[in-house]
Amino acid sequence: MATKAFQKIYTKITSINKATCSLKATGVGNDELATVNGKLAQVVKIMGDDITLQVFQGTEGIPTDAEVVFLGKAPSLKVSDQLAGRFFNAFGQPIDGGPEIEGTDVEIGGPSVNPVRRKQPSELIATGIAGIDLNNTLVSGQKIPFFADPDQPYNQVMANVALRAKADKIILGGMGLTNDDYLYFKNVFNNAGVLDRIVSFVNTTENPPVERLLIPDMALTAAEYFAVEKNQKVLVLLTDMTSYADALAIVSNRMDQIPSKDSMPGSLYSDLAKIYEKAVQFPTGGSITIIAVTTLSGGDITHAVPDNTGYITEGQLYLRRDSDIGKVIVDPFRSLSRLKQLVAGKKTREDHPQVMNAAVRLYADAANAKTKLENGFDLTNYDERCLSFAKDYSNDLLAIDVNIDTTQMLDVAWGLFAKYFKPEEVNIKQELVEKYWKK
Amino acid sequence: MATKGKVKGIISNLVTIEVDGPVAQNEICYITLGEQRLMAEVLKVTGDTVSVQVFESTRGLKVGNDVEFTGHMLEVILGPGLLSRKYDGLQNDLDKLTGIFLKRGEYNFPLDKEQKWAFKPLAKAGDQVEAASWLGEVDENHQPHKIMVPFVMEGHYTVKTIAPAGEYTIEETIAVLTDADGNEYNITMIQKWPVKKAINVHVEKPRPFKLLETGVRTIDTVNPITEGGTGFIPGPFGTGKTVLQHAISKQAEADVVIIAACGERANEVVETFVEFPELEDPHTGRKLMERTIIIANTSNMPVAAREASVYTAMTISEYYRAMGLRVLLMADSTSRWAQALREMSNRMEELPGQDAFPMDLSAIIGAFYSRAGYVYLKNGKTGSITFIGTVSPAGGNLKEPVTEGTKKAARCFYALEQNRADRKRYPAVNPIDSYSKYLEYPEFEEYISERISPDWTKKVNDMKTLLQRGKEVQEQINILGDDGVPVDYHETFWKSEVIDFVILQQDAFDAIDAVCPLERQEFMLNTVMDICRHDYNFDNFVDVSEYFKRVINICKQMNYSEFHSEQFEKYVGELNNLLAERQIAEA
Repeated sequence: MATKAFQKIYTKITSINKATCSLKATGVGNDELATVNGKLAQVVKIMGDDITLQVFQGTEGIPTDAEVVFLGKAPSLKVSDQLAGRFFNAFGQPIDGGPEIEGTDVEIGGPSVNPVRRKQPSELIATGIAGIDLNNTLVSGQKIPFFADPDQPYNQVMANVALRAKADKIILGGMGLTNDDYLYFKNVFNNAGVLDRIVSFVNTTENPPVERLLIPDMALTAAEYFAVEKNQKVLVLLTDMTSYADALAIVSNRMDQIPSKDSMPGSLYSDLAKIYEKAVQFPTGGSITIIAVTTLSGGDITHAVPDNTGYITEGQLYLRRDSDIGKVIVDPFRSLSRLKQLVAGKKTREDHPQVMNAAVRLYADAANAKTKLENGFDLTNYDERCLSFAKDYSNDLLAIDVNIDTTQMLDVAWGLFAKYFKPEEVNIKQELVEKYWKK
Repeated sequence: MATKGKVKGIISNLVTIEVDGPVAQNEICYITLGEQRLMAEVLKVTGDTVSVQVFESTRGLKVGNDVEFTGHMLEVILGPGLLSRKYDGLQNDLDKLTGIFLKRGEYNFPLDKEQKWAFKPLAKAGDQVEAASWLGEVDENHQPHKIMVPFVMEGHYTVKTIAPAGEYTIEETIAVLTDADGNEYNITMIQKWPVKKAINVHVEKPRPFKLLETGVRTIDTVNPITEGGTGFIPGPFGTGKTVLQHAISKQAEADVVIIAACGERANEVVETFVEFPELEDPHTGRKLMERTIIIANTSNMPVAAREASVYTAMTISEYYRAMGLRVLLMADSTSRWAQALREMSNRMEELPGQDAFPMDLSAIIGAFYSRAGYVYLKNGKTGSITFIGTVSPAGGNLKEPVTEGTKKAARCFYALEQNRADRKRYPAVNPIDSYSKYLEYPEFEEYISERISPDWTKKVNDMKTLLQRGKEVQEQINILGDDGVPVDYHETFWKSEVIDFVILQQDAFDAIDAVCPLERQEFMLNTVMDICRHDYNFDNFVDVSEYFKRVINICKQMNYSEFHSEQFEKYVGELNNLLAERQIAEA
């Protein structure tokens, strides 16, 4: 960042700790950006002429006589159609060797949508994965995370979802991605030949953690540009929001704030809500849909991060390894899409809600049968049939490698019903049975 | 002259200001930032340094920015035309705001100044009046909206003139009052009131005793809430808090319903915006939106205004109560409000209490709940505010400060349970942990005896005992195995299942089952308790479950059929035949 002639340079830093430094300065605005010996920093506290700066890259090596220049603006992103196909760092600077973006400079973390100007979400997002489309249908304008343990293939599933969803733009916000995962995303998008639809903002584990705090706002500012200005359907992928929350905790700790549950800052709910609530269906046709990842530690969903997330998002998706078929499936019991009733049976075939419920109920019966088996009790004929059904259901529909359309999913389910059960065991409305039962 | 000040320090939305004159705690001020004026509220005064919370983003604010104090606390404007509106936490009409995005520092007048209202005088010249006396009324969405002497006027006044019946706007004078010294006061249809102060214009606040019918069996029958009562619904995410709350706000027998969407999902508020203008009030047949006011401060809107939103909603409720109306106030969720308090307390570097919440959290919650209630007004009429708040306990753990603080303040407790939700037993209210203190009030018992039947409370208590017993027996069966216990243990368990499936569970998405009127609830409880009172002939436990599953199925079909329709009576007949198969005749 070149300094301009009229800018005042401060050279006396009064205090430094791991994340912030302070100096005396005047005429500084809250949230304003500054550079400290060239490192980007942001004003987080003003007390008279005492200014505290959060240095994104960390304060290592900053001397007390470092040159501090205030830039007179909050963090911003240049938006234009040139964003498409490009990779950026947390500051919105290209990292793919390409040219700088020309466009309008927009401050990130902008205002919220007036709730009366929102439209109720009603458009189905098809992913081809039956565990999602059939049981937990996604709707444009929705916000939903994967709750997953770090060893689960959530990034692969997310990349698949992104490629198959008929979105006009896909915006990837990577926070604390390992370099391998970053390259994975880059390769997948490259090989699929969809780079022109993708915009990526990436902070890898090699970058300082505090920089991550800018990623979601950068990604969503770009998303708002395409959704509002261009009326496009935008899908935003945020991985991993737990890394984001960890960075929040680091900063609040450095600023001597009193931590609340699980060492997280007291404002965690509001901080997360501000990001997720950017998901919206605009009346003009544009939309922002957010699919995020929240990694869990040992499956614990009572931890502050998944817990607060659950209260904010419209459902959650769980992945699980099914040892019976040796594949990863979308868990039908714990996963939930709160918006599915807005499209299931309305934008999909009429039998969708009933088929979905019947299949999950039979899968639950199979789980009971399994418990019986494990406890050494005898199985009834019905139990046996449930177990066989569950295996096929898991393999043909729940597995994440499935890629068919919703009507096919329903047909597959009817086929499995007919293979293992009598119509009266399935508990579906008679008129639907007459219409769809496979003879 | 109004006090002025200059910004001295900024930490997020906490701003310190050096002032040149007197300021009051909770006074409102405006900070000038370029063209914009940002509203803020005084939280702390130390000498001539004042700490304020800004209701907007403070991005770009600088030391030295000018501040102007208003001399009053956060106020709402009260008058005809509040119904059907959608406000933000500071009573800005969201429909009047321009653009898709909320603009910082944009405030507007909450009512319509042009609209004319058909005014009918109730008082006449020469009448002695005081604050909240009814001077006249206008028709607001079919509600008799009373025009009252402003609540801020102390002492007694004489009506000098009153406007004749006719059409007036809210700003036209409809009465002139004189005080003892002959000073004249012009009264219009609107008045202002500071939200943090309770409106106390009643003579007496007795213990609530009248049932507030909600059409939800697990509330009305099992743990009833009263007109003017208080209740709260805690539950982990995904247990159906919102569905239950929507059901209550749609069905409750109230004149005015105020929904404070406090720090929750925007899409849920949009759902209310879309549905309420379409759905009908089951009691009057008019559109639900006509009786509803929505105060929306969703989770992405400024945090400090979240706290304001619940007070704004409560003050508007008190205004309608003073007209002798039955108001239902729903707040979703009070935990988000508490979190907003925590964020501010934290920035002010106050010593924290449990989970970093402010020390006085439980007192703040208690004071807020106490503003609800059933009252006798000075003219002998009654009015009520029933308040139901939801709580979102962190990690689903009910031993956290917001839940505990609320438990002390609210008289009804509807515990949503993950386990019931997982098994799709909706509404997932745990019947044993939940309670309604009103069941213990003799005055409520007297009321309900008259309204339903004298042995009603006894039946309800018997039912609860059976549920408790069923749970105990189930645990024993789980330990000892199905054939390790006597057959009558299974009978006891299945009787409790009948109660669960037929009374407790209710399908909020079924057109008929969603609303269960009181006489129907009485019929179903009588039916179910009659089933439970009898003994049955069984040889083995397999027969027990099969038999009672059939009983449950018939009763559920009854719930899905129109009350006393041909189909309903057919199921009653089927049920009686089935019961006769195995019931042991009473000696």
